[in-house]
Amino acid sequence: MTASKAWDVAAAVPDPELPCVTVAELGILREVVMEGNTAVARVSPTYSGCPAVQFIEEVIADALCDAGYKARIERVISPPWTTDWISDEGREKLRAFGIAPPQKASNSKRALFGETVVTCPRCGATDTEKLSEFGSTPCKAHYRCKTCLEPFDYFKCI
Amino acid sequence: MALYRALIELADDHLVLGHRLSEWCGHAPMLEEDLALSNFALDLIGTARSLYAYAAEVEGKGRSEDDLAYLRNEREYLNCLLVERPNGDFAHTMLREFYFAAFMEPFWQAALSSADPVIAGIAGKAVKEMAYHLRHAGEWIVRLGDGTEESAARMQAAVVDLHPYWEELFSGGDCDALPDRAAIQPAWEASVKVVFAEANLDWPEPVYGQNGGRDGMHSEVLGRMLSDMQYLQRALPGATW
Repeated sequence: MTASKAWDVAAAVPDPELPCVTVAELGILREVVMEGNTAVARVSPTYSGCPAVQFIEEVIADALCDAGYKARIERVISPPWTTDWISDEGREKLRAFGIAPPQKASNSKRALFGETVVTCPRCGATDTEKLSEFGSTPCKAHYRCKTCLEPFDYFKCI
Repeated sequence: MALYRALIELADDHLVLGHRLSEWCGHAPMLEEDLALSNFALDLIGTARSLYAYAAEVEGKGRSEDDLAYLRNEREYLNCLLVERPNGDFAHTMLREFYFAAFMEPFWQAALSSADPVIAGIAGKAVKEMAYHLRHAGEWIVRLGDGTEESAARMQAAVVDLHPYWEELFSGGDCDALPDRAAIQPAWEASVKVVFAEANLDWPEPVYGQNGGRDGMHSEVLGRMLSDMQYLQRALPGATW
């Protein structure tokens, strides 16, 4: 019943909307500490209104309970989550899943406002166009590749 | 209680506008805008939720964020009148969103350095989201204002209709933890007028400003909105899922 084992349990939970990546790879699981017998997992929401936040918290708590821990979830909003916290491995998994990963250094206005090149996650072409700033979830925009013609999601920088 | 009151004003602005935008869900003129407006609604309601949760904690009377959102009557709502204005056509919806975002973006920017860590935390999320709202709504102001004869006329009509309401954005209770609303007005007017110039829109002559929202004096439309929004909690008090 150590914090590092509890971390391993919580970290392996997949994101419900993006099952290809775990909550640790997304960077929304910030830390797990032990308070007596209770594993306290600190979780940062991606967007203020992300409808999955409560569900993600429940899934992490369930995973910890199943592993024999008493669990409590703390929602941490400061410092705010940023797409820069998505690990390199997470980015690669998103790409393999068909979602173009966010640009790094999202705090610059340039990346926030999508002036950088988005690479097609399927064929790797850079000749892509934005169809809609708002996609299937609050964290994604909708793009199309002009080379292979496939539409795809782009994980927006924030 | 200055902080509690200021938080409620801010939260009510977000919830009421968020609910208004959610009314477009399934009705927008095209799919992308349906998604955009629904996403904006989610952002605003999410921010409202954080603000209500903090307000409830500050109040210390055991109320929850849901109690504050669903169990207060119209006269207890302290939002400004702008955000409760009906959606109208797309020009009205986008102008209302544009005015609000042009205010909230610098407001949250200033709140980032609040000495209150909860406020600074909420600001850290909201400021990035508001930058998206501001850009998206601003693009529509230009597209419609500088578009066809019909779209330009509608955009200008929206400007005239909402003109009595924007000034109330800058009123509200003072408290040390939140930025001074009035101080944002010059920058707001300057940034709005830049977009208006690009959109070929005229800034109307001053009119008698409508206010009273901060004292709970609302127009008839808010009560109707709340009766829709609060229906479930009123019909089945305490329902959870």
